[in-house]
Amino acid sequence: MRTLRLLAVGWYFQFKAILRSPFEGLFQVIYPLFFATVAFLMFRAGTDQKTLLYASLGAAVMGMWSATSTTAAGAMQRERWHGTLEALVASPPHFSLILLPITLAMSTVGVYCLVATLLFGRFLFGIDLTFEHPLLFVLSIVGTVISFGALGFLFAVTFVRFRAAWALGNLFEYPVWLIGGFLVPLVLLPDWVRPISWALAPTWGMNAIRESSLGGTPLPDLAICLALGAAYLTIGILVLERVLTAARKRAALSLT
Amino acid sequence: MAVVEAIDLKRTYRTSTGTLRRKWKDVEAVRGVSFGIEKGELFGLLGPNGAGKTTTIKMLITLLIPTAGTARVLGYDVVKDAREVRKRIGYVFGGERGVYERLSGWDNLRYFAELYGVPPDQQKERIESLLELVGLKGREQERTEGYSRGMKQRLHVARGLLHDPPVIFLDEPTIGLDPVGARELRGTIASLVEAGKTVLLTTHYMFEADALCDRIAVINKGEIVAHGTPGDLKRGVAEGAVVEVEVFGLPDGTVERVRELGGVRSVSVEEREQAQVLIVQTGADVELTHAILGRLNGANVGRISRREPTLEDAYVALVSSEE
Repeated sequence: MRTLRLLAVGWYFQFKAILRSPFEGLFQVIYPLFFATVAFLMFRAGTDQKTLLYASLGAAVMGMWSATSTTAAGAMQRERWHGTLEALVASPPHFSLILLPITLAMSTVGVYCLVATLLFGRFLFGIDLTFEHPLLFVLSIVGTVISFGALGFLFAVTFVRFRAAWALGNLFEYPVWLIGGFLVPLVLLPDWVRPISWALAPTWGMNAIRESSLGGTPLPDLAICLALGAAYLTIGILVLERVLTAARKRAALSLT
Repeated sequence: MAVVEAIDLKRTYRTSTGTLRRKWKDVEAVRGVSFGIEKGELFGLLGPNGAGKTTTIKMLITLLIPTAGTARVLGYDVVKDAREVRKRIGYVFGGERGVYERLSGWDNLRYFAELYGVPPDQQKERIESLLELVGLKGREQERTEGYSRGMKQRLHVARGLLHDPPVIFLDEPTIGLDPVGARELRGTIASLVEAGKTVLLTTHYMFEADALCDRIAVINKGEIVAHGTPGDLKRGVAEGAVVEVEVFGLPDGTVERVRELGGVRSVSVEEREQAQVLIVQTGADVELTHAILGRLNGANVGRISRREPTLEDAYVALVSSEE
């Protein structure tokens, strides 16, 4: 109970802090507009409404991923700049219980990006938003948010130790758009890329969201997405203690 | 058993120079520091910038792992039992960093109250009483980005006390505070000790250490060069005298020339508006005023005074004798 409360309160305050950032605020306005436009322009040749929804969903998850990957990358850097990283590390809970709400707060911001992209598509380009399984669609989004948060957590663990790792987060933004099959179906990618796609939770989250919207069986995809999220979390937690000890040994916590 | 024990603590940093051809160098920030703090004691750690005060405190509060030596807080090892130590200590660092600027003062305290396990039904009451204590009542709903340096500093103090810890580490807590705020904070520190807390304080202000601390350790270049009560330290230089000479445009090399005089223990210079004040500590039975003036190469001299040494003089003598 105490752990859940800690996670919830941590999420709430971190979410509040992110929402008040003008930089991230601007991101959230521009990204949905940009992604919805790109998706529409790419797929407007298709007259089928389902194709347009397919593209629109891809664009929405693109926004969600961008919001998570770029902000997770900057999150630890921001904690360093503000001098709060030391304050967090010096507090008693296991650091994973402090870090996870930070990255979950970021992927929650991604939900806004997802909804906004879909709405932009609806109102600017008239894309029909009819979902085959609305309840499964919502579940798929929740599952995807959680697994994005878990992947952000794994990133953030690295950022605690390596100051320059935030750049890596930005680097991951674009390849995952492709490898995750957000806009282009995975079958069109070279064979050697597929194992990488399968190891990424965003691929399965994307599948689950599409299957639930366009008709299909989203639950297996959702299960794999969550299982991968759990795997990222487990690896992150196992590595975190070692990473923190290394940072305390090398006096890397207070460096900006 | 001492509440805080440091036994031969050492800490080395690795730094590099150059870009393509990096040369690595080990810098010894703390070189074998040992001390113990008893329950309810206010222990002062004094030293110039870069002496190793903050590094020592960071090892004690588990943010840095010592390169060698051990340290215990309330019997818990700061490396092996870091989490147990963290639950029982509070710490306050000087300066403006370390607060969430986009959150209000209240939200900052609420977040850390949760992290420090303050029971939910007690958080509101606890935060309100701490806001009262540090003088932030009425400003708690404002975002901290609009707080002055002093207000942020007071928020740090409140955060350090949220979980009512028995041991408190204060790293230059009055830095950046205006004189009134600093005096109020000193009052707060004194009341913490009255309430039975054990406190480790670092400060640059000698009068602060003199007024507050039960015992003081002077640290310089990573080593403790003296320790004792403020009285003990003063007695170390009490048999001497201090000559202060106000000079307008101190000629180069004066400090070295004065230091060569027989009977001089230490020489330091303080900037005061347009003048510099040459502060010379001498033995008790020597009269060096004329000899000092003779080494000023004819510079314009203002006020000259001779006085009893203070704790600050004791500190300067200790620190400069190590140079």
